[in-house]
Amino acid sequence: MNWLLEPLAYEFMQHGLLASVIVGVLCAVMGTYVVLRGMAFLGDAMAHAILPGVAIAYIFKGDLLIGAGIAAVAVALIIGLFTKDGAVKEDTAIGILFAAALSLGVALISTTQTYTVDLSHILFGNVLGVSVSDLWLIGGLSFAILLTVALLFKPFLVISFDPVLAATLRLPVELLRNLMLVLLALTVVVSLQTAGVSLAAAMLVTPAATAYLLTRRLLPMMFVSALIGALSSVVGLYLSYYFNIVSGSAIVLTATAIFLLGFLWKRIKSV
Amino acid sequence: MTHTPHRLEVQNISIGYGDKIIMHDLSFQVPHGSRVAVVGPNGAGKSTLFKALVGLLPLKSGKIFIHGEALGVHKDCVAYVPQREEVDWHFPVTVNDVVMMGRFGQTGWLNRASAYDRGMVHKSLEQMGIADLAEHSIGQLSGGQQQRAFLARAIAQEPHILLMDEPFTGVDATTQETTLRLLDHLQEREVTAIVSTHDLNLAASRFDLVLLLNHRLIAFGKPQEVFVKENLAQAFGNSLLVMEGGMMLVDECCPPDEEHHHHHVEAE
Repeated sequence: MNWLLEPLAYEFMQHGLLASVIVGVLCAVMGTYVVLRGMAFLGDAMAHAILPGVAIAYIFKGDLLIGAGIAAVAVALIIGLFTKDGAVKEDTAIGILFAAALSLGVALISTTQTYTVDLSHILFGNVLGVSVSDLWLIGGLSFAILLTVALLFKPFLVISFDPVLAATLRLPVELLRNLMLVLLALTVVVSLQTAGVSLAAAMLVTPAATAYLLTRRLLPMMFVSALIGALSSVVGLYLSYYFNIVSGSAIVLTATAIFLLGFLWKRIKSV
Repeated sequence: MTHTPHRLEVQNISIGYGDKIIMHDLSFQVPHGSRVAVVGPNGAGKSTLFKALVGLLPLKSGKIFIHGEALGVHKDCVAYVPQREEVDWHFPVTVNDVVMMGRFGQTGWLNRASAYDRGMVHKSLEQMGIADLAEHSIGQLSGGQQQRAFLARAIAQEPHILLMDEPFTGVDATTQETTLRLLDHLQEREVTAIVSTHDLNLAASRFDLVLLLNHRLIAFGKPQEVFVKENLAQAFGNSLLVMEGGMMLVDECCPPDEEHHHHHVEAE
């Protein structure tokens, strides 16, 4: 048991573990919508699109999470605006914004002197640098997002499965769709610290895709996804501690290994 | 002016997408509990009319009254059974979940399902003959069974008006018969059913009223009044072949690609 407890002697490991489990669960739950609504590309793009916000906050010594939050919400709303009434196809709009925001972000960061270290933290996360105030912010935002998902479970189910029914039941479909984009953006922001912008997308998609293989209903899918997200975070962090690899990568690779197991299991079962 | 004799009144409506008008100046009135067949050639605006009736498509002009009140006042008294292609069949929901969605409007979006809701769902499933499939994933069902699941959902909504878009196209005989029996049953409960179909024999034999459309109203009334040569010639134009001793309608229809979907399900 000692090998389990040893890393927890360090405060930064306790914070890191708590933060990654929260983020793992949050991403996994939001990820069910990403997988079911075919928004994987959007999740990836959104993660990169927050880079300018982070860069600006960094340069002006502001709070990175707040900078990222503003950028993410802005990007979500701009995508909504471009694609309204089918003016531009969604994946095209995403592609344009994704590339533009990433370039702007890198351009901004390249003006600073500690360019490489900063960039690597932003891209791949720095789970061992989570402060107490970060933890509160991550915990608070995650709670708010998950609470919203729980309250709006039925409307989100209907707009995802059958938008026509949603409209006949007079649901504000457009408003709910935008709200879902905002929640997704906030999720990416929250995962910035632990997973970084490059790996947040994987945490959105991989646990949820695994859960999709293993379940037949939305609510069980969310719970299984959350469990996989949490498990990947814990296992990944221990791997990172003992094998001295980047924590974000270790978490994503663990989630990927679980996905492969789920895929194999599904294959064997269906033969 | 009293509106009570009519459950549905359509007054001079025009509907379309962007600048394109699909339906011009359509007016008709449906007494409660009628079974109305909506008939016309492909692209005549049948689905467009349905979308307007449920409020999915705004009216360019004109008015729709339900129980004498403007569309949207009665929030969920209109249920709509969409064409099969409009639904994501790979979504993780069971048949029971799908039918329960029909109750959301009345239960409230934040409340849990009550015993009444569950009873209503079960009754609807039984009525459509798919109660034994309640726990199956919607994607595992055959095309006809999927359609019956959506009909069950529409009944569970307890609507006053039920709209069905091409329910007889590309389905098995059991589903067709169950759907027709449902229409009779709905009439007993004074639910108005408005059904688009390409099957003119069904329209003539199993419906009280026929609405013949081709971008505008051609005729509306009892089947024997509507299905006369002049009206059919106006609606179908060159597809109508008039021969000695009778006429023939050389149709036309393009049933949705059933095969395509089945392949998907089996590939899983």
